[in-house]
Amino acid sequence: MAERRIRVLVGKPGLDGHDRGAKTVASVLRDHGMEVIYTGLHKTPEMIAEIAVQEDVDVVGLSILSGAHLALFPRVRDELSARGMGHVLLVGGGIIPQDDVETLEQEGYAKLFGPGTRTDDIADYIKAEMTNRWAQEGADV
Amino acid sequence: MSTRTTPKNPPVGNDPRARWEALFEKSKKRDVEFTTLSGEELAPIYGPEDARVDYDADLGWPGQFPFTRGVHPSMYRGRLWTMRQFAGFGSARETNERFKFLLDHGQTGLSVAFDFPTLMGHDADEPISAGEVGQVGVAISSLRDMEILMDGIPMDRVSTSMTINGPAPILLAFYIACAQKQGVDPGVLQGTVQNDILKEYQAQHAWLVAPEPALRMITDVMSYCTANVPKWNTISISGYHIREAGSTAAQELAFTLANGMEYVRRGVAAGLDVDAFAPRLSFFFDSHQDFFEEICKFRAARRIWARKMKDGFGAKDPRSWMCRFHTQTAGVSLTAQQPENNIVRTAFEALAAVLGGTQSLHTNSMDETLSLPTEKAVKIALRTQQILAQETEVAHVADPLAGSYFIEAQTDRLEQQAEEYFSEIEQRGGVVPSILAGYFQSEIHRSAVRYQRAVEEKSKKVVGVNCYVDPGDDKSPEIDIHRIDPQSERETVAGLQAVRAERDAARATAELDSIRAACRAGAGGANLLERFVAAAHAYCTLGEISQVLREEFGEYKEPRIL
Repeated sequence: MAERRIRVLVGKPGLDGHDRGAKTVASVLRDHGMEVIYTGLHKTPEMIAEIAVQEDVDVVGLSILSGAHLALFPRVRDELSARGMGHVLLVGGGIIPQDDVETLEQEGYAKLFGPGTRTDDIADYIKAEMTNRWAQEGADV
Repeated sequence: MSTRTTPKNPPVGNDPRARWEALFEKSKKRDVEFTTLSGEELAPIYGPEDARVDYDADLGWPGQFPFTRGVHPSMYRGRLWTMRQFAGFGSARETNERFKFLLDHGQTGLSVAFDFPTLMGHDADEPISAGEVGQVGVAISSLRDMEILMDGIPMDRVSTSMTINGPAPILLAFYIACAQKQGVDPGVLQGTVQNDILKEYQAQHAWLVAPEPALRMITDVMSYCTANVPKWNTISISGYHIREAGSTAAQELAFTLANGMEYVRRGVAAGLDVDAFAPRLSFFFDSHQDFFEEICKFRAARRIWARKMKDGFGAKDPRSWMCRFHTQTAGVSLTAQQPENNIVRTAFEALAAVLGGTQSLHTNSMDETLSLPTEKAVKIALRTQQILAQETEVAHVADPLAGSYFIEAQTDRLEQQAEEYFSEIEQRGGVVPSILAGYFQSEIHRSAVRYQRAVEEKSKKVVGVNCYVDPGDDKSPEIDIHRIDPQSERETVAGLQAVRAERDAARATAELDSIRAACRAGAGGANLLERFVAAAHAYCTLGEISQVLREEFGEYKEPRIL
């Protein structure tokens, strides 16, 4: 009985080229046994949602250091929903002021991890969240 | 005679070093890794045998080959480093106000930060720019924005650094055209355009077209400026972004200088005399937290560049041999936790840059892991440099750490590591093929992951993050945040639309056609910067010019490394 692997899409929306964090997290999640797809840079919310559909992912992680997080997280969520992927776990990180973190989390857009977060904590959060979701779905975990 | 007490268990033998070693082995040590920030093993002490320096060949005097001790004979006695704070946000009007604020507070040069749409060659009103206009820098979509940015600032007297790469030749054209409209002869303009596209593919990732046509534009800039804007630094060959993306000190040093040599090769291949353009090349390095390693990196950079230019490229003008550089303290060393601590980190990094002989310096503000800096934070950062310059008395003596066994041994070590990387890059066919194969990108990524692991395993410590954590640090830090007014984006877009409505449309179209023809004429057929200056005067926009270049030259697709 093979363990179901968590499929994660790590995305870089917008024109921001800072990918150190995104790629580091992608590598670490892979080390934690997840299937990780990295979108590469300069992707629109539509492109990210398309890849999420094609790859049938469970989780979408966005890295945004451009200051455009208040515009981009909702747009990615909307594009995912429009493609029947509203259920994916949306997480993210970057240079995001605390007030905006609270706004985005309260509006249910995303769980956000700021600078200084241990990457293992991100992996543990995703594993716990997906285990919980799959248990509720009655899926074979 | 020494009055020291005799150790309880005196070791046998007469060799003092062997005696010390025996005592050292027996002594208790802290349980930490004694390595540099880049993971290089360090000896507990360095002695004469670790640093065998041939003084004249390896060090020389300041202003003399190989410039290990500095590029100017008088160093900071002649002139202090330029205090140049990188700034830009919102609209051109808002950034113009910040520039005037900085000049009023004693800053001596301008440094323009552009927003992502501008960095990627997009106009503020393109759909892809939405939400990003003015966020991390100023939006400059046409000559009109540049005129507002420089309004009331005497362009013949201020030196300006512009951090832009893919569309650098276009922004430089806006700057030149703006000066002409102020009645300033481009021949007197002083400043720098980063224009270092190679490190964009390697680390920073703001490109416009593929490497070969991008390099052609760079040689066009070098030849145009040699003839028309002779005091302008045409490329700032940048290790900063390579380091911030996660590289080690040795990788930053090696990749940056390899890129520098590639630009020189291209200039020579385009028919330029090396001594005609090499003196206008400058460098830009990171000053990270490993105090001594950074100082040695700066020294090694000067020595390697001098040797390569003199012996490798046969440059005859001593100015071609000089590695002059700007430094910025390490953004990645700042923490969101206990942000005031960042003032201290930045001060140490700034001291390393000064002891390393930098020509200009940007000190980061304490709040930059949270947002763009507030005015107060920027002022503290600038004051940090002023305290260093005026109170610590460190600027009186050139290269004060030379001759230290440790410093000389580490300077040699970094030079050797750089040479190993140069051989590796050559074996891979050179810089551009290595970029296309993802070599630099993979190397940098590996170093970044290694460091992240070290922090999480606590073999590298970060105060406030993995040690000395304050309870409640996960809450919002109690400092002010600089927010970009959403009105900025609307202001920039409205200005751009007015430009399109008011300009001579036929003239703008003709200039864009002329650029298209110059692209097709190929290298040596027509100078693109010359065409861009003409297009700037016709108020062609950044996005329009960039689109012609994308259509003619093709877009760049990054290699997959993950």
